[in-house]
Amino acid sequence: MTLQVSLTHYLIASAILFSFGLFAVMARRNAIMVLMGIELILNSANINFIAFARYGGLHLDGQMVAIFVIILAACEAAVALAIVLNIYQQFNTVNVDEVDTLKD
Amino acid sequence: MMTQEFLLQLSLAVLLLPLFSFVVIIFFGKSAKGGPRQGDLVGTTILGVGLLSSLVILFTKLNYFNDVVPSFTFTWVDFHTLIPLKLDIGIMIDNVTAVMLVVVTLISFLVHVFSTVYMHDDIRYSRYYAYLSFFSFSMLGIVLANNFWLIYVFWELVGISSYLLIGHWYEKKSAADAGKKAFIVNRVGDLGMFIGIMIVWANFHTLTFDGIFSAIAAGQIPFQSDAWMTAAGILIFCGAIGKSAQFPLHVWLPDAMEGPTPVSALIHAATMVAAGVYLVARVFPMFTADALTFIAYIGAVTAFMAATIAIAQNDIKKVLAYSTVSQLGYMVMGLGVGAYTAGFFHLATHAAFKAGLFLGSGSVIYAMHNALHHQNDHHTDAQDIRNMGGLRKKMPVTFWTFVMFTLAISGVPFTSGFLSKDQILAGTLAFSDLTGHTLIPILGFGAAALTAFYMFRLVILAFLGEHKDPSRLEHLHESPKPMIIPLIVLASLSFFVFYSFNPLAPENGWFYHAIERPATVVPANLAAASPEVFEETIHHEHTTAMYLSLTVASLGILFAFLTYYWKKISADAFASALAPVHKFLLNKWYFDELYHATAVAGTIGFSRLLAWFDNTFVDGIVNGTARWTLALTLGVKKNWEVEDHAKGMEGKREGGKREAVVYLFFAALLSVYVGWAAGSAAWHGAGMGAAVGKGIIALIVAGGTFFLLHAGVGGFDNKVVDGTVNLTAYLAGFFGLMLRKIQTGRIQSYILFVLIGVMVFFFLFKL
Amino acid sequence: MTPDTTLQLTDYLFYFFALLAILSGGVVVFSRNIVHSAFSLMFTLFAVAGLYVLLNADFLAVTQILVYVGGILVLILFGVMLTNKIVDVQIKTGSIHILPASIITAIIAGALCGVFTLTDWFIAPGANVAAAKSTAPHIGEALITNYVLPFEVASVVLLVAMIGAAMIARREQKPAAHS
Repeated sequence: MTLQVSLTHYLIASAILFSFGLFAVMARRNAIMVLMGIELILNSANINFIAFARYGGLHLDGQMVAIFVIILAACEAAVALAIVLNIYQQFNTVNVDEVDTLKD
Repeated sequence: MMTQEFLLQLSLAVLLLPLFSFVVIIFFGKSAKGGPRQGDLVGTTILGVGLLSSLVILFTKLNYFNDVVPSFTFTWVDFHTLIPLKLDIGIMIDNVTAVMLVVVTLISFLVHVFSTVYMHDDIRYSRYYAYLSFFSFSMLGIVLANNFWLIYVFWELVGISSYLLIGHWYEKKSAADAGKKAFIVNRVGDLGMFIGIMIVWANFHTLTFDGIFSAIAAGQIPFQSDAWMTAAGILIFCGAIGKSAQFPLHVWLPDAMEGPTPVSALIHAATMVAAGVYLVARVFPMFTADALTFIAYIGAVTAFMAATIAIAQNDIKKVLAYSTVSQLGYMVMGLGVGAYTAGFFHLATHAAFKAGLFLGSGSVIYAMHNALHHQNDHHTDAQDIRNMGGLRKKMPVTFWTFVMFTLAISGVPFTSGFLSKDQILAGTLAFSDLTGHTLIPILGFGAAALTAFYMFRLVILAFLGEHKDPSRLEHLHESPKPMIIPLIVLASLSFFVFYSFNPLAPENGWFYHAIERPATVVPANLAAASPEVFEETIHHEHTTAMYLSLTVASLGILFAFLTYYWKKISADAFASALAPVHKFLLNKWYFDELYHATAVAGTIGFSRLLAWFDNTFVDGIVNGTARWTLALTLGVKKNWEVEDHAKGMEGKREGGKREAVVYLFFAALLSVYVGWAAGSAAWHGAGMGAAVGKGIIALIVAGGTFFLLHAGVGGFDNKVVDGTVNLTAYLAGFFGLMLRKIQTGRIQSYILFVLIGVMVFFFLFKL
Repeated sequence: MTPDTTLQLTDYLFYFFALLAILSGGVVVFSRNIVHSAFSLMFTLFAVAGLYVLLNADFLAVTQILVYVGGILVLILFGVMLTNKIVDVQIKTGSIHILPASIITAIIAGALCGVFTLTDWFIAPGANVAAAKSTAPHIGEALITNYVLPFEVASVVLLVAMIGAAMIARREQKPAAHS
């Protein structure tokens, strides 16, 4: 690995972002933090798509997938926030560890 | 300058506009609650645009593209080599299509206009218009399709929209039932059509008409068998039998008159029922001579049978309904005998005057209904012609237009009906000359006489003479303009000039130049007489046919006047003299009863049989197994735990006792044998003492064995079997409790576990 | 494909954006103040958009800024404000089972980096040359030709999500049974 930027550099940057997102999803208590973690994961996936599109010679196909990822991310954010608001009304908290009625 | 592409685009627009108006009306029709319009303007305007476009299409087609068939096809489904399934769908515009486009949009438009008044106070006004649009869309789809696939799809769409419109007043049980009946009876025919299409597809792997016809013309016939070729044609014709209400399946159409009268005019007179005839015309080239003869007979029988029934009906719409069935029989017969142009021509002319008749009857019913409403009379049937009479003075426009339609349907010269009907009858004569089927022209001319008779009976009873209740007469008024204008338009279209400038020879008109009998594609040994031979024969028969048909028509009219106007012949006396016949006709040849006794009762009986089988055998096996298992289990168990289930199981214990005796018997035998063996082994000496000692030892050992066996088996069951079960349950409970600790209910914990699993897999597959 | 090892401007830009993305991403995840996290997320998204530009995806970069920064981030901020009583309650949020999460994250990150580094990726010829033209027209063309079905389906999904979100977030008439 040289300092000159190649595909690997992008992939590693995205891997780090992905890990951050994963940590947020697993460890943060606030549902909105979890959401932000998911956004980070999606972004890192997008970086991979576009990087492969450029370096793998896929041209537009990778970018098209990335566009659809962004579209779905928008849907996901809207629905997830609606659910979070609903949870907040129901339980008066957005801490995911306190919402454990699934147990019973 | 018109191009073929423009023609296709225009026809696509004609097809899709009604769909658009359906969507608009069904979703937004109600929301315009402020006004009374509720979307009818949308539907009517769109159909008007469609009519204008169709006229443009017809004009262009005939003048610029008379000999070419613009078509547009694309591959909808293609499984390439996977399975041989490749569906090409598209539209085509030949002259038949162009004419049908105008017929459908014209009638539909006029019905839309008519309905603005007739249906004005209906509670589901907007939904009614939505369904009308949807129907127009489906019908235009049938007309434009260039393949069986699309035709079948639109065929069923027409079926469902017809169902919805017949059952428009579904609060009335008879209307709901009529809708169901129409739908189900049509499915019977469609099943045959579907099988026919499958035969075609299995052999040619294409469903476009072009592809099928060229394959047959190239010598391919289904399964290399002439009979299959004929069968395919007849099965496809089955669809037409259902949709066009031909002989065995005609029963739904008269019942369908339960729908609103404009619907009857649109669907059950002019367009939907013509779809079957249109289908026959469309696939005409692939019919063999046998299939065509079959078609001709079906048509002839239908025409005659329906005409006889129509004589005895008193409901104005029922008369017209049977008249429609009869006229459809004419068209089918015309196509069957080979008078292709005449049959299709009759479709077009009949569409105009029969729609007119229905709209006229709608106008009468509307007036009668309003008058009865004024009188607060809710018992008199507004549709019964025996309650009418003398309407001529009060409703002059309706009367004169009605007379015009009646003349046309009776085949009086200078009307459009004469032009087409005369040609069909000439065709039947030529057919009988060529093939010797003399029954067909006899039925045809008989039906013509009957048609003239019952139509004039209707006119005389409803419009002439005196009104049955003079006090009601003053409440009767001519219908408003939106109802009258369509009548006038249709009446003028019943004149000959629109079709041919020579009132006696339609061959000179544009219609005969536009619609020519297509060349058949079936092998020569299966084909019917070629058009040239047929035309030649018709030429010979033409004058005969004309005189004959004029004679029978005037005879029919004369008898109608003699009976009902001058009353020289008493209809009642006639009816009582021929009481069985009259009853037979009044009950519509007992078709409904026949179907009820066979098809309906058969289905119900078969269902009962299945239910009985299910209850007796299937349930018997299941319950029997359970009972036997129970009995055996109890029997074994009872040995050791009698006290457990001693209460309340007297009956079941009987079985158990028997099992216990068997078990005890075997246990005793076994222990005696073991005891004897032990005794023999222990005491080797001979003599009396030895024998006694042997016996004592044997008895002791046998008793011990029996006890051990008894207790041992019981113990095995109690300790080992029950123990295993209990241990399993205990372990399940134990692991459940353990796992429950992990089940925190926190989603993030679950994510954690999932990721641990992912990691494990990652390294598992990496190594 | 220049053989020399001197870094070009694009390389410096890459390092700048990548570092910005990672650092601000770290702030997003590890900050205890949720508002700080949200604002930091904005920087991450901008930096990722910068990476897109470096990857010849100018249209996507613009879309990223429009949709993420303009839409999703605003949504998230709304969520923060609606679900945290900023005025009275502390808006710091904690974490749970940090230790296992950290271990798993570290292992997965290591595994990913290992895979990415060790694999001998196929590099298409000419991939290192930066594109001279915008991709927007090509994407537009692809959207109405090869991708028209996914495109339409995506629009339906958006519609469904919109309606669904509105339905879910609607305030119930009755007070909730749980509280």
